[in-house]
Amino acid sequence: MRKVAITHVAQSSGAESRESLMDFTYKVNKEILDKAGLKREEVGCIIAGSADIFHSGLSCANAYDWDGIGAFMKEGSRAEESVFSFIYGCMRIMSGRYDTVLVTAIVKGSENPDNDPITCFYGDPFYLRPLGINESSVAAMQMRQYMNRYGVTEEQCAKVAVKNLGNALFNPYAHVKKRVGLEDVMRSRRLYDPLKEMECAPKSDGVVAVLIASEEKAKELTATPAWLKGYGCSMDYFNPGDRDLLNGQLKAAAARAYKMAGIRNPEKNIDVAEICEPYAFQELIWCEQLGFCNEGQGGELIDSGITEMDGSLPVNPSGGVLATNPYPARGLYRVAEAALQIKGQAGEHQVGKKVKTALAHSTHGFGGQCHSVVILSA
Amino acid sequence: MSIEKYKIVEGQVKVTYELALGRTWSHFYDCFKEGKIMGTRCRKCSRVLVPPRSFCPRCFEDMDEWVEVSDEGIIETWVYVNMPFFAQETKIPFISAQIRLDGCDSGFTHIVGGVDMSDLDKVRAAVKLGGRVKAVWSREKKGSIRDIEYFEPVK
Repeated sequence: MRKVAITHVAQSSGAESRESLMDFTYKVNKEILDKAGLKREEVGCIIAGSADIFHSGLSCANAYDWDGIGAFMKEGSRAEESVFSFIYGCMRIMSGRYDTVLVTAIVKGSENPDNDPITCFYGDPFYLRPLGINESSVAAMQMRQYMNRYGVTEEQCAKVAVKNLGNALFNPYAHVKKRVGLEDVMRSRRLYDPLKEMECAPKSDGVVAVLIASEEKAKELTATPAWLKGYGCSMDYFNPGDRDLLNGQLKAAAARAYKMAGIRNPEKNIDVAEICEPYAFQELIWCEQLGFCNEGQGGELIDSGITEMDGSLPVNPSGGVLATNPYPARGLYRVAEAALQIKGQAGEHQVGKKVKTALAHSTHGFGGQCHSVVILSA
Repeated sequence: MSIEKYKIVEGQVKVTYELALGRTWSHFYDCFKEGKIMGTRCRKCSRVLVPPRSFCPRCFEDMDEWVEVSDEGIIETWVYVNMPFFAQETKIPFISAQIRLDGCDSGFTHIVGGVDMSDLDKVRAAVKLGGRVKAVWSREKKGSIRDIEYFEPVK
């Protein structure tokens, strides 16, 4: 298999856009091509990450997504989990089919219904949907079990929101910009007790593009390539009642990625992680399952300060999903942010330590039904 | 080009789908109408699942043995929902829970009711992890998940 690297990254501003989805998408794709000095015709293949029904409401992806990302008259593909789009692109280079692929994930969250009614549709129409189950209610049930099983406190969970929203103040592309204290989070409305309003991700607009290239082409295009070293994914059973919500498939996804990347001690080998945490406490569970600390020690991990921007293993220096949640695009945002940290181009939210290896994670579905892990390296 | 106000179009889509429950869930809801909760057992791992499955999602083997389970069980986890959202059929606040029914090997998702919902402390005093609950069946059953109105704590 050939090597593949991310050469360039571009993303939209975190603010809600009044442009149409197609124009909103076009601007970021034009920007990344300009950065790389490439014409659209010179890019081998273009792949989308988008969800055209519930998260868009516009039409079929062929209409809006294809034109905006410049994929017309080319081979292309699309996935609703944007990390899948990324890996489909990588495989097209690893196999030797193309030397460059542009992967773009798009959504205008401000235009469509709230996350809760949309994720209620993830439930089947015969059982879970009529009961009003959605991602937030399953997450809250997962949080209650987590606190009960390991003695993790509500305050420790809330600290994740304090940390990540604090980090977002240094990210010009973040959506939610406000400094919050522990008391603010603890006093925010209990919409899904024990989950509180400020522990739940917002709904954001976002377009993010990454240009990936073969070894030879990457070296030609950039002095700071971020190489793909590992990837793993795993999907749990559907019914949340037939799963241990505290022992899902992240460990399996991570094991696959670590094996491919040759990582034996993730806590030491990984310099920075961008983790998908639509609910604050999930960052703690995911950190445990990624091997950053032992099972049940997520509360102590956040207390220790290790995952702060200047800690030994910073988690979500961009502000994470709690600050910016363009739902189908959020996985590719994590990959893009991990690449920026390796390239040393994260600007004010560049972490203090030197970054050689970065981890990006994405999840969707009830209680983290599906997990993907990407390892990038300098 | 200066734009004073960007135009927005409001849209709502309403279309009809006809979704088949299939043989297994049709039988499950027929039994629900008679006040019985039925599960199926896996030939290989012997687990009993409710709602029933025609095949085991772990072993990928047929599950064709029907087993009646209790309408009483324990709360595995729960959430107090106080967030209104579009198309929600239950009036807020309400409690969603995973309930491990006696004789069943998976959590059954439903609503816990019959408790004073006026403040969260009262709810927490009545609804506990591991607490026992029993189904309260509707008077008029239609063969749907709401034939059970809710599960209430056993005193």
